[in-house]
Amino acid sequence: MLKSPFKSKSFVFAFCFSTVIIVSTLFFFSVGFVGYHLVALVLLMLLSVFAMLFDIIPVISAAILSALIWNYFFIPPTFTFHIDNAEDNLLFFMYFLIASINAVFTYKIRKVHKQNAEIEQEKNVLKLYDTVFNSLSHELKTPVSVLITGVETLKDSEAVLSEKQKQNVLEEMDIASNRLNHQIENLLNMSRLESGFLEARPDWCDINETVNSLIKKLFNSDEQNRITFKINNQLPLFKLDAGFFGLILFNLVKNALQYSASDKKVNIAISAVESSVLVEVSDMGNGFPETELQNVFRKFYRLPNTKTGGTGLGLSIAKGFTEAQKGSIKIENRMEGGAKVSFSIPTEVSFVNQLKNE
Amino acid sequence: MNNKTILIVDDESQIRKLLEINLENQDYKVLMASTGEEGIHMAASHQPDLILLDLGLPDINGHEVLKQLKTWYMKPIIILSVQNSESDIIKALDNGAEDYLCKPFRTGELLARIRNAMRHAEVNNHDNKIQTGLLSIDLNTRTVSVDQEIIKLTSTEYQLLTLLASNQGKVLTHQFILKQIWGPSFVEETQYLRVYIGQLRKKIEINSNDPKHIVTESGVGYRFF
Repeated sequence: MLKSPFKSKSFVFAFCFSTVIIVSTLFFFSVGFVGYHLVALVLLMLLSVFAMLFDIIPVISAAILSALIWNYFFIPPTFTFHIDNAEDNLLFFMYFLIASINAVFTYKIRKVHKQNAEIEQEKNVLKLYDTVFNSLSHELKTPVSVLITGVETLKDSEAVLSEKQKQNVLEEMDIASNRLNHQIENLLNMSRLESGFLEARPDWCDINETVNSLIKKLFNSDEQNRITFKINNQLPLFKLDAGFFGLILFNLVKNALQYSASDKKVNIAISAVESSVLVEVSDMGNGFPETELQNVFRKFYRLPNTKTGGTGLGLSIAKGFTEAQKGSIKIENRMEGGAKVSFSIPTEVSFVNQLKNE
Repeated sequence: MNNKTILIVDDESQIRKLLEINLENQDYKVLMASTGEEGIHMAASHQPDLILLDLGLPDINGHEVLKQLKTWYMKPIIILSVQNSESDIIKALDNGAEDYLCKPFRTGELLARIRNAMRHAEVNNHDNKIQTGLLSIDLNTRTVSVDQEIIKLTSTEYQLLTLLASNQGKVLTHQFILKQIWGPSFVEETQYLRVYIGQLRKKIEINSNDPKHIVTESGVGYRFF
């Protein structure tokens, strides 16, 4: 609201006092033309402005100072604090009263405003907490209830299940336990990031191999069929934390797979840009509304009206682990449709792998 | 029938129970301990053929249990660990653990690792031929062939391959390999290892981007199949 120097108390005092003194000085030389009553009105106006901007103590102090100045320099007889007629006495008293009331009331109004704003903010936090809590408990409770129901179904001696039905129940339980595992991993990684104790341990890494084995290990065969990744043998070795790198890539690819149709491909492209590794994950989904692009990396953020599933942690985890390696990440919509998330991590590179065999 | 005995050292009774069911189902005899101390005692009194050791035990640190066991227990120990703890895993492997599994793990994977470890413990090292898939290595004539076609390897590549192949199924840490092939002062030079593994894969794998023989254990090392 106020610019930074106005946050310092002594600055506010100095500002109020010097303004009062400057204005008074200007009037002192022109009081012959305007009369000393007008001077009081102008000073009152000045105090009203102060009351709108500053705390009560500097405003009251400025009021006292201006009353004394008005009395000493302007009310006849000038250069004394003595006032010799009843009307001026009354005026002086009213001046002081109005200035004080002005200061107190304006201060009170501002306080109420501030309280309202705080309540509003609290409400927003509560709302965010609600959303987070809802999506999180949904994400955790759905697989848990699938597991409980599944076990009960299999245990129930009354139920006559065909072998195929049993297989289906087990299949659902399998999916549920994987989903649960994934969400818990997400939450644990988020808390690793929040703890602030995260330290990258970079080591030399053959990026083609890292990406290939990640795809093979962490995605099922349906997902693997949707992922395209072209090996680039010209790439140098990069020195980076393969675990962190894998977490970023996994979350980006998982996200892209999840939010684009099941027949759409997700492409991974890797290149070396100066001394950093640049990774681009593009999907052929619907992209993001331009207005939402800046929000997608926020923790627990989910696009309005997205299908259930997901806690809104994937992209913020990717961002966290990118920044833990001093890298940067951005998202954009592609001209051809779909979204592209790219991250780059500064790293040492080594071209020893390009040398001719001994 | 295999009458092998496996000792499970884990403080979680549910994990012990499920492991017991799965292992007994495979005709293993199962012993169980819930603390490190109990585990060491049972290992001494029953001489199991393999130990599954959880690193997070309530009484003694799992690494300490491993160290004590390794002073006299010569059979394989497989470590059970939590995820994202590569440094723990490397430490355990360097202290003589045969293999590791991250919780949560699949039963199929556990059984495969146990079979691997048992087989590895039995293999007599006087066998001079290693044959796996289309790849065969003759240690006498120092020849390596893929699909019966002899391939040329440099001396470093050959050393690397035989080191990995003679520990078939076992994960070897980067540091261990570097020390064995290049010497103690090279344990940090992982970039050389990457390069040689890359070259070796190009020569011995059908598809070097989808290696079947030299498999990467991310952040830990390599495993040969």
